[in-house]
Amino acid sequence: MFEWPLLSLLIWVPILAAALIAAIGGGSPKLVRPLALIAAIVSFLLALVLYAGFDSGSTAKQFEEQVVWIAAFSVYYHLGIDGLSLPLILLTTPISLLIIVASWHIKDRPHLYMASFLLLQGLMVGVFSSLDALLFYVFFEAMLVPMFLIIGIWGGPNRIYATVKLFLFTFFGSVFMLIALLWLYLQSGSFQILDFHQLPIALHAQILIFLAFLVAFGVKLPMWPIHTWLPDAHVEAPTGGSVVLAAIMLKIGGYGLVRFALPITPDAAAALDWLVIGLSLVAIAYIGFVALAQSDMKKLIAYSSIAHMGFVTLGLFLAFAITRNTDNIVGAGLGVTGAMVQMISHAFVSGAMFLIIGMLYDRVHSRDMASYGGVANTMPWLGMFAVLFFMANAGLPGTSGFVGEFMVIMAAFHANFWFAFVAASSLLLGAAYSLWLVRRVFYGEVANNAVAGLKDLSPREWFLMITLAVFVLAIGIWPYPLIEMMEVSVGHLVEHIMVSKLP
Amino acid sequence: MTLTELQLALPEILVLSAACVILLADLFISDQRRGLTHMLAVITLVFAAILSLRLMMPPGEVVYAFSDTFVRDRFGDILKVFSYLTLAAVFVYAKHYLRVFGLFKGEFYTLSLFALLGVMVLISASNMITLYLGLELLGLSTYALVALNRDSRLGSEAAMKYFILGSLASGLLLYGMSLLYGATGSLQLAEISASLTGGAGDSMLLTFGLVFVVIGVAFKLGAVPFHMWVPDVYHGAPLAITLFISSVPKLAGLALAIRLLDNGLGGLHGDWQGMLVVLAVLSLLLGNFAAIAQTNIKRMLAYSTISHMGFMLLGILAGTPEGYAAAMFYAIAYALMSAGAFAVIIMVSGPDREADQIDDFKGLARRNPWHAFLMMMVLFSLAGIPVFLGFFAKWQVIAAVIAAGFTWLAVLAVLTAVIGAFYYLRVVKVMYFDEPEIERPVTAPVDFRAVLTANGVAMLALGLFSGGLISLCLSAFVVS
Repeated sequence: MFEWPLLSLLIWVPILAAALIAAIGGGSPKLVRPLALIAAIVSFLLALVLYAGFDSGSTAKQFEEQVVWIAAFSVYYHLGIDGLSLPLILLTTPISLLIIVASWHIKDRPHLYMASFLLLQGLMVGVFSSLDALLFYVFFEAMLVPMFLIIGIWGGPNRIYATVKLFLFTFFGSVFMLIALLWLYLQSGSFQILDFHQLPIALHAQILIFLAFLVAFGVKLPMWPIHTWLPDAHVEAPTGGSVVLAAIMLKIGGYGLVRFALPITPDAAAALDWLVIGLSLVAIAYIGFVALAQSDMKKLIAYSSIAHMGFVTLGLFLAFAITRNTDNIVGAGLGVTGAMVQMISHAFVSGAMFLIIGMLYDRVHSRDMASYGGVANTMPWLGMFAVLFFMANAGLPGTSGFVGEFMVIMAAFHANFWFAFVAASSLLLGAAYSLWLVRRVFYGEVANNAVAGLKDLSPREWFLMITLAVFVLAIGIWPYPLIEMMEVSVGHLVEHIMVSKLP
Repeated sequence: MTLTELQLALPEILVLSAACVILLADLFISDQRRGLTHMLAVITLVFAAILSLRLMMPPGEVVYAFSDTFVRDRFGDILKVFSYLTLAAVFVYAKHYLRVFGLFKGEFYTLSLFALLGVMVLISASNMITLYLGLELLGLSTYALVALNRDSRLGSEAAMKYFILGSLASGLLLYGMSLLYGATGSLQLAEISASLTGGAGDSMLLTFGLVFVVIGVAFKLGAVPFHMWVPDVYHGAPLAITLFISSVPKLAGLALAIRLLDNGLGGLHGDWQGMLVVLAVLSLLLGNFAAIAQTNIKRMLAYSTISHMGFMLLGILAGTPEGYAAAMFYAIAYALMSAGAFAVIIMVSGPDREADQIDDFKGLARRNPWHAFLMMMVLFSLAGIPVFLGFFAKWQVIAAVIAAGFTWLAVLAVLTAVIGAFYYLRVVKVMYFDEPEIERPVTAPVDFRAVLTANGVAMLALGLFSGGLISLCLSAFVVS
């Protein structure tokens, strides 16, 4: 074990680098990009050290750090990770690195752009590693500030509407969580998440708290019907913003459900699992159809993200139905593991898809599918990667997209045949909209002069695509290391939520 | 009157003598050397701060003086120190404004120092007469300050409005006090409190008195439905005066509420709690909704003040030491945030006119990145976004309200905070997402920029390390 405060370094190295870049960037713009890159690489290496030192066989929190923050309210700067947070932290650092590489050509105030992303990266790692509820809330909310600026400054024509909507939706959702957390604090006298896990709560209070969490994290995830900010935000965000939004910020919603809603209010979650499962199935099936109707490529991927996040919520909340039906705790764990794998896989796949759209947009300045056609003729390599990632999005076996969906559908069979039936419809719908996009944009005759003049991938773009392709295929072919990382923690979680917390 | 009693009031004596000295000395200072008056005023505040810090009461200790009309306790001492601090910042910000707009006169400093003396007397009042004396000293000085630019029609109108409504409020407060005197037979807050716990007094008379007192307090704080003066005075007064009104007197308003409602009428907590609930709910709703509709940033911040005072009332109505401490934290945080916001408005203002339209901030991030960044921190802090100071203020108040059993009120409060976020975001949007329309550089003297930087960075620093200020505020009410 390392004696360094690794988690603190992972949080504060990018944040301090962001401050440094923002401070010196105006005067010496040449330093901005290398500095940002160095900070991102250092964080990535730190994350690898974290992975090396992690003991996946233990249910205890690891790499713990605890310092008093606000003594009067017994708030601690308390960090620590388990098998549920580690994969997400490991996800955050390479994605940030890729975003910085992908945004190398930003012209408008690059120092603020890089600083915003590094700040966001530090805050996201903070969210995944907080063990104190107030600390979590602070990181969770503070993320809005850089995101607000990223979309608002570097976004598309309708960016102001989109960024204000994103801000207000998320803020609206999270204030309920703040009240729930304060209520829990007043009951338990502590802000420690682990103390909340052990606190007995009456059912009516559990239901209110559960709903508060559901709104807070459901907005972030996003769940149907509180998803409407996401298509707007994705469409207007710059490529880097879209990538970080789809790849990591949506996962914070899923992580929040795993860390707060399920273990703190298991009885309410069991009582209301029909609600979440129903909303998830609507998201999977209905939003799948909505995605089919899009002509804007970014909007299509945004809706596809919502449908994929439906799998996450479905997998998380199947556990209760499964144990009610079959007493099969392994099946329950399967759903949760599937949901976690789905989150990781979706991060790489959606990130890659947004990067591809970004590469096309940089060249042609249009996101409308009608402006393209036959891109594979002029950009064969991009065409190859596009087919790979869009197939992964459709859940092709051998890619990471298959693993999570398959596990969740398997778990759904344990719960109820019709759940599985509706969920499996996504394989059809996902294939339909993904392949449709590929056909219209990449295949066929060269549609116009803009497409005819396209140049294939630059080395920088090659690097991005190859890296993501490696992750997608690696998880698809050999998911074991990922699953092994979280197996014990998932088992611990499932055991915990099966025990009633009613007083 | 003994020497020890005089020693207890040393900071007040210092401010009074300094105000008189400055009043006289200023007569002999030529316009070119007016900076000397400014220096004298700031030095006064520095010495007052040193005195108050050295004489700071330990937690739980209370000393009375001058036939029990004057009280020294930790609550008062802390508030006084923050009053000096805020006023010192106000002086630095105002100097630049007054110079640019040709209003750099000694009167500003004497009137402000007399207003400060009023605030200090009010904070240390343990008798209703002292309380009223402090309130009026503050009020009369402020009315005159609003009319500082006597050629401005808007300013004179605002001063008139402020004077008439303020006098009405004072009258109501005084009437309430007289009823309380009739019911309890004393003007001493401690004796009133004792007789209330003894169950003495005509409950009808007491309730009537309480209603008038609460109305008076609500008027001074600007809580709905007694808020009508706030937007007009904020709008009409010269920026430097708006800056003053929105900062130091808020600390006095808190002291007024705590001294009267808790120290004096704590026994009637059940009665005034309901009244404050109504005032707070109305202020939160009206303040936030009306602010959305404003295009004038001074009016927008005026409505935002109303909503913030509503939030502060939530802490007071909880009626617990934690609630009072939360309200105190809120008042201090608000004074700092508001001073920062108005300072940036002063900085953006040109020699021809005040930058009082939100559109005047277009593209500020390009014209002056650092000060736009400071303004952004202030705005996010006002909106209550972590990790800024304002979040910790709201958070404590909400915790106190939930602990007092008003969860619905907490839900309402946070929802209005979401509405409030919208109009603060709009200013951030104008600064960061819009292109500048004029290229004139935004500058200010070095002392101005230094204080503003400290003020803006405090939003972040006091948020990140909020534990100290929270403990300080708690120590004013809880003996640990």
